[in-house]
Amino acid sequence: MSRRRIAPSAFVWLLLAAAYFLVPLIATFLFSLRSNQTGKCCTLHAYGWVFHNGQFWQTLRLSAELALETIVISLAIFVPTVYWVHLKVPRLRVVIGFLALIPFVVPPIVLVVGLLNLYKGTPSWFYAQPWGFLATAYVILAFPYMFFSLDAGFRAIDVHTLTEASQSLGASWPTTLLRVVVPNIRTAALAGSFLALAIVMGEFTIASLAAFKTFPIELEYVNETQAYPAAAATLLSFGITWAAMLSLLFIGRKRGQRAPFLAGAR
Amino acid sequence: MPYLELKDLHRDFGTVKALDGIEVALGQGEFLSLLGPSGCGKTTALRLVAGFDRPDAGSIVVDGKDVTHVSPSKRDMGMVFQAYSLFPNMTASQNVEFGLKIRGRSRGDRHKRVGELLELVGLGHAGDRYPHQLSGGMQQRVALARALAIEPRVLLLDEPLSALDAKVRVQLREEIRRIQLELGITTLYVTHDQEEALSISDHVAVMYRGRIEQMGSPAEMYSAPATPFVAEFIGTMNRLEATVVDGASGMVDHGGVTLTVNAARDRQRGDRVLVLVRPETLELAPANGDGGPNTLVGDVVTQTFLGPVTRLKIVGRGADLIADVPTAKAATLPVGTRVTATLPAEGARLLELTDEPRPEIPEEPGPGDP
Repeated sequence: MSRRRIAPSAFVWLLLAAAYFLVPLIATFLFSLRSNQTGKCCTLHAYGWVFHNGQFWQTLRLSAELALETIVISLAIFVPTVYWVHLKVPRLRVVIGFLALIPFVVPPIVLVVGLLNLYKGTPSWFYAQPWGFLATAYVILAFPYMFFSLDAGFRAIDVHTLTEASQSLGASWPTTLLRVVVPNIRTAALAGSFLALAIVMGEFTIASLAAFKTFPIELEYVNETQAYPAAAATLLSFGITWAAMLSLLFIGRKRGQRAPFLAGAR
Repeated sequence: MPYLELKDLHRDFGTVKALDGIEVALGQGEFLSLLGPSGCGKTTALRLVAGFDRPDAGSIVVDGKDVTHVSPSKRDMGMVFQAYSLFPNMTASQNVEFGLKIRGRSRGDRHKRVGELLELVGLGHAGDRYPHQLSGGMQQRVALARALAIEPRVLLLDEPLSALDAKVRVQLREEIRRIQLELGITTLYVTHDQEEALSISDHVAVMYRGRIEQMGSPAEMYSAPATPFVAEFIGTMNRLEATVVDGASGMVDHGGVTLTVNAARDRQRGDRVLVLVRPETLELAPANGDGGPNTLVGDVVTQTFLGPVTRLKIVGRGADLIADVPTAKAATLPVGTRVTATLPAEGARLLELTDEPRPEIPEEPGPGDP
């Protein structure tokens, strides 16, 4: 089979798209190499400052933990829910799809005020802790991304037949879910997880209004006080987030097997 | 004592009666095909036996035990589906092994059994392949091996060949029958393809509007249909509406032509009957006048070549007839020839003619249709 050639015009568009993403990164990188004292290029002083700043690592770790918690909770809630909806009550898909749009429509400020009021009476171990209140808010924020990713994954496989085949072979509901369904929506679950990770790592409004010091809050603080280290921190966080996404991708892949997301699409 | 019994099964979906009191009794190791057009209830019946759905009334008994309310995972029913149902994340071997793992069989035992079953379905070489690396026919063979791996009490097959091309379908149906006979496994097979059902089954049950119209051996179903629907559905049948004129000699009147039909003997004069005649039992000859006794006269309007026989459509006085004649003989009766069709007094079947409208046989969707 002959390989398809890429048209020259496609190269132009590719270059334009690459420039759109790369120029700001390169500019930020060049900016981060300037000296804090003289403002001239080129020194790694800003990176040294970031590496030796305890707050940077502490907040980065907190945001990463929150992202992980959000992903775990979201998957635990939404995988069985979307599975059940597809299997037993497909009419509810539209209703849940509508509900999933609400976090898009409601501004974060309204969401956080509402959530703060809603959870005001809850115990302090939940209300005052980021892994309680903040994680709950992030699960709500991640809901549309997780739902639409999973929904697409479930639509790509024949849920009914796979479930019935598994049950006729003696598998219980949990076994069917974990050993037959989940491996076949893995790509969709990963896509939802990537998006949840990206949202949590960059979420500012809710954390700020709820007075939690997460990574974006720290980044904003550095940006206000230290211009060049802020650029270095931005690039480092960008790299770390991408590394986290790639590691998720590698964890989710299995050798010798076509992506189930595609394999199930008939 | 029957091994599998369906007792007075009812299942309604809203106002639609999907099953309206079906009764089946099947001996151990027997092969029953549920045959019928789309929407007749055959798949609903199979799903009730598998446990994927519950009947509104009636019961399902396997080996003397009522399993009506037993969950599908505890019924020990091996099932092969119409849609490709292999788990995409597992190889062919892992698919076959799945049920054995669930049952906690040892690793050595599992590997031995998987190897045996893949050999049995002729795929000993393809154990490491994923479903997307297998053809449709190969996938259904693996699905069959997977269903057999758990040594099911009953093997259920829901139109397993409908998505395959004609040649593979014939090949695979013969293999299914060979394996079924080899293992002696009680089998319930759902199909809308009468040729498939008649060729591999011990018994065939023709279903229509949620009921079993007739159940019997393939030969019985073909030669002695008990209802107009079965007559219409199985094979091709000429239907002649007639009135009994002399019960003692079996004479009936069909549109002014008197015919002798042995099956009409002992009928009351004036009874309205339906005379059913298979196309291959009609004897055709070029017409010479009005023909002899028991003959209908008509003109050949079409010829359809079917290989060893050619199917002729004859438009005659009062009735259109279909006749199958040896292809060599058909050459002597070209389109436009006036012919006499002689009815066999012995071979014609007779049914009571009711005022019910002629049954409609809905068309089955093709393999690619939803």
